[in-house]
Amino acid sequence: MLFVVFFLGPGLLGLYYSFTDYTGVGDPTFTGLTNYEKLFGDEQFYSSIGRTVLYTVFAVPAHYVVALGISLLLVSAATRFRTAARVLFFLPWLISPIVTGVIWRWIFGENFGLVNYVITVLNLPRQQWETNGDLALAVVILASTWSGTAFTMLLFIAALRNIPKSYLEAAQIDGASAAQRFFRITLPLLRPTSFMVILLGTLGAMKEFAMVQALNGGGPGTENMLIVQYIYQTGFERAQIGYASAVSMVLMVILIVIAVVQMRFDRREDLS
Amino acid sequence: MTTTPRPAFRGVNPWLTLLLVVIAALFAFPMLWFLLSSFKPGSELFSLPLTLFPENWTTSGYVTAWTRFDFWRYFANTGIVALITTTLTVLVSAMTGYAFAKYKAWWLQVFFVCILVTTMLPTEVIMPSTFAVIRDLGLYNTLAGIIVPSILTATGVFMFRQYFRTVPDELLEAARIDGVGEIRAFFEIMLPIARPIAIVLGIFSFQWRWNDYIWPLIVLNDPNKYTLQIALRSIVGADNIDWSVLLSASVISLIPMVILFIVFQRQIMSADMNSGLKD
Repeated sequence: MLFVVFFLGPGLLGLYYSFTDYTGVGDPTFTGLTNYEKLFGDEQFYSSIGRTVLYTVFAVPAHYVVALGISLLLVSAATRFRTAARVLFFLPWLISPIVTGVIWRWIFGENFGLVNYVITVLNLPRQQWETNGDLALAVVILASTWSGTAFTMLLFIAALRNIPKSYLEAAQIDGASAAQRFFRITLPLLRPTSFMVILLGTLGAMKEFAMVQALNGGGPGTENMLIVQYIYQTGFERAQIGYASAVSMVLMVILIVIAVVQMRFDRREDLS
Repeated sequence: MTTTPRPAFRGVNPWLTLLLVVIAALFAFPMLWFLLSSFKPGSELFSLPLTLFPENWTTSGYVTAWTRFDFWRYFANTGIVALITTTLTVLVSAMTGYAFAKYKAWWLQVFFVCILVTTMLPTEVIMPSTFAVIRDLGLYNTLAGIIVPSILTATGVFMFRQYFRTVPDELLEAARIDGVGEIRAFFEIMLPIARPIAIVLGIFSFQWRWNDYIWPLIVLNDPNKYTLQIALRSIVGADNIDWSVLLSASVISLIPMVILFIVFQRQIMSADMNSGLKD
């Protein structure tokens, strides 16, 4: 029992953090709701929230489908080279977000990148991977899917292995097609894992920062500035810690809402 | 999709295998391109037509990167942070998880809910206030400033909690009857039992910290204390990116993680992370 007390230390510290959030430490003068009023009139704030949501909406499903597809191939008895492929898919996990950003920036460089070079060779118009905001966001989604698959894949593979083979075999004997087996047996049994992957993916996407920093710095301009970068910029580059805290609070509320909604959703499915 | 069964590859579907190989190639290609580019001389990097393999293999980018940047220092800084944090994370998570699994008290329940909440709220979200706390504690611009906030991870606590729950209570009771103190029982009986979990958490924690970016960025401002990621960022952030140096420096920064992966490959690939988060 004694050693538990030791860990109330960090616990209380965490609690303390959350309290300082509410009072907005860093700005000793109490300004009331000024920060929030300023915030809700700030276009850049809406733009970064919008971009973050857009990014999440595309990145999470992409991530989920790719990782699940790869995991299915990797646990299927019908494929070869599985061990080698698994190691290969896992390698991006070792690469830090910064380096991931650098790798994709190198490939999608507008004037020097491989992709535009191949496009030119094929006699197609060069794409503006850096100066077109939507294309730049697409590259970010691609890069994050590439780097995020490894970990999600581990989760799916472990879960897929836990599905009793007898279920699938019995269904096969009863004449269920591969698609039916997947949608009626595998997918429902994967629900707890899917729930976790989507929740973690959403939270991860909402706080994407490092990779984008190295990939295009939220560019072109500030068009793709995601919300954490906005917090960083206001709080640390412009030293408006009070204001940045207000942004943090809004992000926190959004995340809590997302988590609660997803948990509700999960529970409701449990009942049916 | 049925194929004519051949005795050697019975049950193997060539189309699925092809699909797997194609996807794997797509995944590998960015890494391969990046690695090969790093061996090209600066003049060849942008000269058309682009070639997959360097015409003149060179390590000049590596030499420049190595001499221009104090990699030993960055390695040392990052290594110190990652190792200390990982050790503390494993220890703290084991103790906390153990307490949640084996002791019953109302305030433990409350505490557990608090930890649950922190999974929902990543540190990025409260960074302005956490930064204020770090600064007030005098940890600004110190490596400790990166270490302390990263120690407690909910994932680690969950993993240990689930694991210790499967350890029979009788074991603990037997130890108590034998007059073994609670703390000794933990260190000498429980911790060794939980070794597999400790290893998995240790590996993951090390990777998280090695690749951490946002905390070091905020807390450090003295270039001598920079971690690898921040140093790399300073190359990418420049107005004119020196690609030759950047490519090589990035590859160098990956080496320790690759070594870690080779050493612990078996543990990593078989890690059942679900066990930590499934109730």
